[in-house]
Amino acid sequence: AMEKSRPLWDNPLQFVFACISYAVGLGNVWRFPYLCQMYGGGGFLIPYFIMLIVEGMPLLYLELAVGQRMRQGSIGAWKIISPYLCGVGVASVVVSFFLSMYYNVINAWAFWYLFHSFQDPLPWATCPLNSNRTGYEEECEKTSSTQYFWYRETLNISPSLEVSGSVQWEQALCLMLAWLVVYLCILRGTESTGKVVYVTASLPYCVLIIYLIRGLTLHGAVNGLIYMFTPKLEQLSNPKTWISAATQIFFSLGLGFGSLIAFASYNEPSNNCERHAVIVSLINSTTSIFASIVTFSIYGFKATFNYESCVNKVILLLMNAFDLEEGSLTADNLNEMKEYLMATYPQEYAQLAPQLKNCSLEAELDTAVQGTGLAFIVYSEAIKNMEVPQLYSVLYFIMLLMLGIGSMLGNTAAILTPLTDSKAIAARFPKEVISGVVCFINCVIGLTFTMEAGNYWFDIFNDYAATLSLLLIVLVETIAVCYIYGIRRFEKDLHTMIGRKPNWYWKIMWAFASPLLIISLFIFYITDYILTGTLQYQAWDATQGQLVTKDYPGYALAVIGLLVAASTMCIPLGALLTFIRKRLKRESCSTV
Amino acid sequence: VLLLTLSVVAIADAELCKPDAQNAFKVRLSIKTALGDNAYAWDANEEFLFKAMVAFAMRKYSSKSTTQISNVLLCNVTDRVSFWFVVTDSSKNVTTVPGSEVEAAIRMNRNRINSAFLLSDKTLQFLKITSTLSPPVEPSTPVWLIVFGVVLCLIVAGIVFLVVAGIRQRKKKNKESTERENLEEKVEVTVTVENGIPCEALDLKAGHVNGVFAADDERFTSL
Repeated sequence: AMEKSRPLWDNPLQFVFACISYAVGLGNVWRFPYLCQMYGGGGFLIPYFIMLIVEGMPLLYLELAVGQRMRQGSIGAWKIISPYLCGVGVASVVVSFFLSMYYNVINAWAFWYLFHSFQDPLPWATCPLNSNRTGYEEECEKTSSTQYFWYRETLNISPSLEVSGSVQWEQALCLMLAWLVVYLCILRGTESTGKVVYVTASLPYCVLIIYLIRGLTLHGAVNGLIYMFTPKLEQLSNPKTWISAATQIFFSLGLGFGSLIAFASYNEPSNNCERHAVIVSLINSTTSIFASIVTFSIYGFKATFNYESCVNKVILLLMNAFDLEEGSLTADNLNEMKEYLMATYPQEYAQLAPQLKNCSLEAELDTAVQGTGLAFIVYSEAIKNMEVPQLYSVLYFIMLLMLGIGSMLGNTAAILTPLTDSKAIAARFPKEVISGVVCFINCVIGLTFTMEAGNYWFDIFNDYAATLSLLLIVLVETIAVCYIYGIRRFEKDLHTMIGRKPNWYWKIMWAFASPLLIISLFIFYITDYILTGTLQYQAWDATQGQLVTKDYPGYALAVIGLLVAASTMCIPLGALLTFIRKRLKRESCSTV
Repeated sequence: VLLLTLSVVAIADAELCKPDAQNAFKVRLSIKTALGDNAYAWDANEEFLFKAMVAFAMRKYSSKSTTQISNVLLCNVTDRVSFWFVVTDSSKNVTTVPGSEVEAAIRMNRNRINSAFLLSDKTLQFLKITSTLSPPVEPSTPVWLIVFGVVLCLIVAGIVFLVVAGIRQRKKKNKESTERENLEEKVEVTVTVENGIPCEALDLKAGHVNGVFAADDERFTSL
């Protein structure tokens, strides 16, 4: 019987779109703008592009080339490079598994917000009323309506990690739906994934363009843009700037998960992966910059809006206290009038003084937010103040969904490709069943993140499941290809595939620059963890209406250790097992 | 005598209506904020309307038609526009109606009073009287469940369709391959086999040159 040929992408465009859809994810939207703001505004682009050239493009090309040459998922591919490296493939699969467990919860939240966008007014625009209808909910009064909607109505967050609470059925439903959507996309392998990535790769750009036009025309957007793009070049001397740039490039491209290898394994052997690597990494970086322009115009709008509300509140307070005519106090003459009132009615003014806040636009712009806080709180706050907020809300959350699902497709491909490659499993079960089982297991485990303390566990996974392990995996990958497989052999393979050998830039980066960079990142993170001592997290305090820092309990630290160990230990264990197996075989052969 | 009674009344009024007097309420209007360019100026006519509305509210509340416009006293009108008012009881001498009654009356008819001035609870404030905030309209089924249901049905339909199509495709492929196998078996039975190779394939007349090895000589480098 003829062996079933490997499924292929219909055309190279599907492959490029799949890579873009996977690499361009939520990190481009919610992490890069934050880094830009923290580390010198426009000046951050310098270390960012240097890291892209030193680290991003070479490592991406390496992974794509390995996948395309070996035509197997991560486990099979590394086994071919050297039998002792099967542990690297397994480590990639383990990390991808951890990632897919918690990443889909973000899609669940995006669904939740999307479904709630079909109301007028938007549910996060106003605070709900308290029980006797004389005012607003106390927790909502202390904080803002958007934060209340996120922490109370969406997450129903508990005060600390120890208080687990119960599973929130609404979030569980959304999570189930998110997994059903992912299952629908991966069910038929590349056949279905190839068509879905056309949408998940291009739709976010349409929405970003719409938001760019809307964002730039918002009142006060320019303030945000000026604030962001003024370069603060002194930040370049801060080592954290360079480390953040390197980390961002590394994680933004999704190296080390095995997804890129999986995608590339479905390519025609003669596909020009060098050109595709350059294209994908450039598109990923430009999308980050594009997204941060949009984010900063939104920031500027929100900061200006809050600043003007603050000023209006002060004006109202003064008008009411001194019974001044409406319209006599404006934003322009506020300072003079304040001095006049202070001089004319010193006692009453002194009484009022604690309530008169000093409104500052700078302070509003300085609030730097990243992660889920940016995506779900800051953006929803800006959206509620726009005209036709329902339309912009729907567009925005559909964009988040596309970005999230695109990344999930890559993650699940990283898990499923090795499973469908292995003859033991693939012969017994059709791929629909394997995909179904993987989605089901992930969904059930993911229900932990829908509990009241779920967001704290989410933060643990987000911060620790992938960071150190990936650095180690990619380091071993680069060293394996350059020194164990041999860079000359790799060159020859590329020549067979593409038709030309890689030039000196690629070779120097692969052999020296990238490994050195990864080693220094690794050392930095380890020393950082050791120096900080106990790990802490941000817990939501409902009585104060803000986040407070708490220490992780012992069992949470154990889980963190387990997460890191589970993936990193695979590499040496795999090498050890292969060594033992070879030894046993040699012994059994020699005794014959 | 007339002058004397008038002045006594005026002094009595001043006694009853002053800031922070017993049973007096402060009112604050924000006409320009509410109406912008269509704002009207606050003058004596508007004050008359206000007195009329308060008297109306008192009449509706206590359902005895004894409260007159002259029973409502306004004082300390500022530019803001804010003032104090108090409702006197004509049946009892020089006393004011208890604040709780006035508050209840205003609460009951707040809507009518607001509409008379084209204002709302926020722009026509009675400082000691808290307004009951109207709750947002809640539909019987939350909207999000409806959208969720629609999306869920679409996704499940898509999954079922793809799975069924996959099963059908696989059945067709299996049927094809079993048909092909059956055909091969039938052919094999009638053919004599020599060393596992059907005799027809072997051209017993002349030897066949195996093409793969034909170019053998060229593979080696010439000396």
